[in-house]
Amino acid sequence: MLQPVFEYTKGMLPVETNYCPGCTHGISHRLIMEVLEEMDMLGNTIGCGPIGCSVMAHRFMNVDMMECAHGRAPAIASGIRRVHPDKLIFTYQGDGDLASIGTAEFIHAAARGEHITTFFINNAIYGMTGGQMAPTTLIGQKSTTTQTGRTVAQAGAPMRVCELVSTLDGAVYVERVALNSPANINKAKKAVKRAFDVQEKKLGFSMIEFVSTCPTNWGLSPLEAIDFLNEKMLPYYPLGVFRSPEGGQ
Amino acid sequence: MSGKVLMKGNEAFSEAAIRGGCRYYFGYPITPQNEIPEYMSRELPKHDGHFIQAESEIGAIMMAYGAGAAGGRVFITSSSPGIALFQEGISLMCSAQVPTVILTVSRCGPGIGGIQPGQADYFQATRGGGNGDYRVPVFAPSSVQEGVDMVYQAMELSDKLRNPVMIFTDGLLGQMMEPVVMPDFVPVPKSDEIRKGKPWALTGYGKDDSKRNTVTSLRIVPDVLEKYVHGLFEKYEQAEKELCRVETFDIEDADMVIVAFGTVARITKEAISMLKEQGIKVGLIRPISLWPFPYDVFNKISPKTKVVISAELSMGQMIQDVELGIAKRFPVRLINRTGGTIPTSLEIAERAKKIYEEIGG
Amino acid sequence: MATNKMFFAGTGGMGILLMGQIVGTAAIAEDKAVTFFPSYGPEMRGGTANCTVIVSDNEISSPLVHESDVVVAMTVPSMLKFEPTLKPGGTLFLNKSLIQQAPKRSDITVYEIAASEIAHDMGETRVANIIMLGAFVRTTNIVSSENVEKVIRDYFGERKAALVDINLKAFHHWTP
Repeated sequence: MLQPVFEYTKGMLPVETNYCPGCTHGISHRLIMEVLEEMDMLGNTIGCGPIGCSVMAHRFMNVDMMECAHGRAPAIASGIRRVHPDKLIFTYQGDGDLASIGTAEFIHAAARGEHITTFFINNAIYGMTGGQMAPTTLIGQKSTTTQTGRTVAQAGAPMRVCELVSTLDGAVYVERVALNSPANINKAKKAVKRAFDVQEKKLGFSMIEFVSTCPTNWGLSPLEAIDFLNEKMLPYYPLGVFRSPEGGQ
Repeated sequence: MSGKVLMKGNEAFSEAAIRGGCRYYFGYPITPQNEIPEYMSRELPKHDGHFIQAESEIGAIMMAYGAGAAGGRVFITSSSPGIALFQEGISLMCSAQVPTVILTVSRCGPGIGGIQPGQADYFQATRGGGNGDYRVPVFAPSSVQEGVDMVYQAMELSDKLRNPVMIFTDGLLGQMMEPVVMPDFVPVPKSDEIRKGKPWALTGYGKDDSKRNTVTSLRIVPDVLEKYVHGLFEKYEQAEKELCRVETFDIEDADMVIVAFGTVARITKEAISMLKEQGIKVGLIRPISLWPFPYDVFNKISPKTKVVISAELSMGQMIQDVELGIAKRFPVRLINRTGGTIPTSLEIAERAKKIYEEIGG
Repeated sequence: MATNKMFFAGTGGMGILLMGQIVGTAAIAEDKAVTFFPSYGPEMRGGTANCTVIVSDNEISSPLVHESDVVVAMTVPSMLKFEPTLKPGGTLFLNKSLIQQAPKRSDITVYEIAASEIAHDMGETRVANIIMLGAFVRTTNIVSSENVEKVIRDYFGERKAALVDINLKAFHHWTP
C-alpha cells in the first residue's frame, strides 16, 4: 500500500499563483503557512497582505486575510489586534511597501511593540510595477528608474531594515534569513516559528526579513538570481538574529 | 451621567460614540478636535475599549480600517487637513465595505489654513477626496445634542450599510458647550461573538475553512470591478432614498429662502427673525444630510419667492447643490465668509436684505 | 421671556472659561437653554481668553453674540474689546484692580470690583474670577445664587474640598 510521503500544506489554497518562475514568494508563503498548520493556527490567524507582486496573497493563503493598501499593513494589523487580542496576526510586505511608502506605519507598529509579526520580502526591486528602484536596491544595481545603476549621489544608500528596526525596544525579535538554499530555507522556517511564538507570548513586535530573488526584474535566470543574492545581496544584508527576547544574537 | 449636563461638543460626541458601541478609537492631534482623542484615551479603557495615538492621520484611518474589518465599532475624528489624509482610507473602506464613523471638526483652508470654524470642506465631505466611485453619507448637526444623536445613530447605520458614515461639524460646534442628554449604552459583542452579527468580518474562521473571509478593495478584472461598483451603487441609491434629512420652515410662503447647514443655519435662524421684524418673509432650508442632499425639498418653495440664498463659510460650495435643486427656477445668491470669520446674525440679515432689494423684492 | 447674552473676558489662566461654565451649569438646573462658546487655539496661550454665554428661556439659535447684555472684563484689553458690544442699558463688570481707565460708554451701568486685590487679601489670588462671578450673579440674577453655590461645591469638591470654602467665601465677598 502506498503511503503519502509529502502533502501540500493546507495553509496554501489549491490554486495557481501568479508568481514568475524562480521567484521566492512561493517559498516564503509556504513556510509561513506550514508553520501555521503545524501550530494548528490556520483558523485563528488573520493575515494582512501588501501591494506588490504578492497583492493576491489573500487568494493563496488559507487564513482570514485583509488586502491592505500600499505600506499600510502594520497600521491595519494594529487595528485588528485591538479587536482580536488572542489571534495570530501577521503582515506580509515587500521592500517598497514596507521600507518606502509604509515606513511610518512599520516603524511605529514596531515602536509600539505591537503583538504582530511582519514578514518582510527584500528582493531589492519593485516587482509588480515593473522593476523600479526600491529602498533596498543595491549601489550599482540597475532598475528602470536607475538605468545606469543606483548611485549614492543620486538616490542615497540602501536601507538595512533589520538593523534599523532593531534599535527600537518594541521590536523584540528581528531576524534576517535568506531563501537561497535548502539549509537556509530550513533556518527560515525555524525563524518563522520563533516569531509566531514571540507573538503568542505577547512579548512584542517580531519581524523576519527574507532576502529574496526577483529573476524577472533583475534580468537573470533563476539560478543566476541565486548567485546574485549570494554574491551581492548577502554582503550588504548579512543574515542573523538582530534582536531576540533573550538578548543579542 | 443621566439628565441634562453641560458638555463641550467634542467631548459629547466622544461620549456618544462610546455609548453607541465604539470601543476602538485611533487619532492624531489636530486643532480644533483635540478634546476627542484626549477624552477617548481617558474614557475608552474604562469600557474595555482601545485607544491608539497613531503616527499620522493615515496611520489612524488604517487602524480604523483594520479594526472595522475585524468587526469592531470604530470612531475616528480629525479636522480639515487631517481629513484630507483620511481620504485614502475612506476610498478603501467604501470599496471593501468596511464600516466606520468619521467625524470632522472642520476648520479653514486651503492648506494648513486656520483653526477657526469653516465649511469649505463641503466638497471634500460630499464629493470625496479619495479615488474612484464611492459615496459617504454625511450628516451635519447644528447643535451639540443633534451631533450626539447623529454620532450615536451613525454607529448603527455604518454597520448596517457596511460603509463609512461622516458627521460634519465645525470648530464652533466642537468647542461650544450646550446642555445634552446622553443616550443609553448599547451592548458590545466580544471578540468571539463578532461573526454572529458580522459574518463577513476577519475573526479567524476557526475549524471550517469554507468560512474563510477576505477583506479587499482589489478587483483587477474590469468586468468584475464594473459589476462590483454597480452593486455598490445599488446600495447608495437605496441609501439616497432612506437617509435624506432636512429641516425647513416657511418655504411655502416666503419672499426669500435661505439655505444653510450646521452652525450657520443657527445663525441664519436669528437673522430670519430680524428680517421678519422688517416685514420680509424668509424661509429656511437646513440640509441635515449633505449627502444625500435634499434636492426634492426645493420643489416646495413658493413660486412667488424672489431669491434663494446659500449661506456658507466657504467661497460657495453647497451653492452648487442648491443650484441643482433650484434648477434655474429662482435666482440663486451667496452670502459667505471664509478664513474663519463667522458672520453674525446681523450681518446675514443685512446682506440678505440688500440682495432682496437688488433683486427687486 | 428673557434672553441674556454675555461675554466673560480676561487673559489665559484667570479662570475666564470657568466663570462661563459655572453660569451655564447653573442655568441648566433652572431648566434654561444655554450656549457657551470659548475662544480657542493659539490665542489661548498667554493671550486673551474669553467666552460667549447665552442663557435663555427659549431655544437659542445663534450661539454668537454681536450685541451683549452683560460684559465681565478682567483686564484692559478685554474691556476695550467687549465694551462696544454692550446694548444701551447693558451692564459692565470690571476688575478695578487691573483696569484703571474708565469705560467710554455713558449709556451702560458699570460695576467696579477690585477683584484681584480682594483675592490677594484673601490669600488666594486665583479666586479673583469667583469674586467677579459673585458680583455678576447677585447683581443680574440671570442665574440664582443658590444654584451657582451648588455648582461651585460640585466643581471644586471633585478636585479638592479645601477649595470649596475659599471659593464660596470669594463668591459672597462683594454685595451690590
